Amino acid sequence: MSCYLLIESRDPFESKGFNQRCELALTLLGESNAVTLFLLENAVLGARAGAKAAGLEKLAKAGVCLLADEFALRERGVTELAPHVTAANLDAVIGELAGGAKALWN
Amino acid sequence: MPTLTLLLMDAPYEQARTSTAFRLIDAALRRGVGVRVFAYEGAVSLSMTSQKPHANAVHGRTLEEEAHPTPHAWVGALIDLAREKGATFDWVNCGLCVDERGANEVVAGVRRGSPADFWKMNLESVNTLVIPTR
Repeated sequence: MSCYLLIESRDPFESKGFNQRCELALTLLGESNAVTLFLLENAVLGARAGAKAAGLEKLAKAGVCLLADEFALRERGVTELAPHVTAANLDAVIGELAGGAKALWN
Repeated sequence: MPTLTLLLMDAPYEQARTSTAFRLIDAALRRGVGVRVFAYEGAVSLSMTSQKPHANAVHGRTLEEEAHPTPHAWVGALIDLAREKGATFDWVNCGLCVDERGANEVVAGVRRGSPADFWKMNLESVNTLVIPTR
C-alpha cells in the first residue's frame, strides 16, 4: 500500500479538472492506497459548510482524508467547515512529504 | 534529518502558489526538515536583489507604512531560519532561465545550476514536490 497526497489549489467550482482529480483519488483508494486530499488556496472554497461540492463528500464517504489549509480558510473568511473536512496547517503537508507520501500538486 | 526538494516555476508577484511555497518551506524548516529548492523559469526572479519595496500612493502610505514585502527578502529570511534551525537549505536557480531574464544579482546563498541539479536534489531527498505553473 502506498500513501498519496493530492494537493488541490483550484476552486472546485471553476476548475473543470476538479472532478477528474476526485476520480483519481477514488481510483487510488480503490487500489488499496491511503489518500489524503489537502485543499489549498481557492480550493478551500469547496470546504465551506453548505457548499455544494458533492465530489468532496463522495471522497470523504469513500475514506479519503480531507484537509483544508487553515490559513487559506482565514484569508477567505471561511469559519464554518463542511463536516467531512478538517482544518489543518501546512505541517500536515510537510509530515506527509517527509513520510514519503507520493505527492501531486494541482 | 530528512530533506525535501521543491521545484518552483512561478515568477514573483503573480500567483498565490509562490507565497504557499514559501509557507511550505518555512513550515519544513521549523520542523527541522531540510529543504532544497530548484527555481525554474520565472521562479529564478524570486531571489533577485534588485527588487524594491514601494510606497502606496493610492492609499497614502509611505514606504515604511506600506512595508511592502519582497520575495528576495523572504528567500534571505528562509536561509537565516535554516541556519538557526541547523537544517539543510539549498536554493539553485536554473542558469539558462537566469540568463534569459538577466536575473544575476541574487541573495547570498543562492547558487546557479542546471536541471541536473534538480535530479541530484531529488536523489538526496526523501521526497520531491513539483509546484507547476499554469
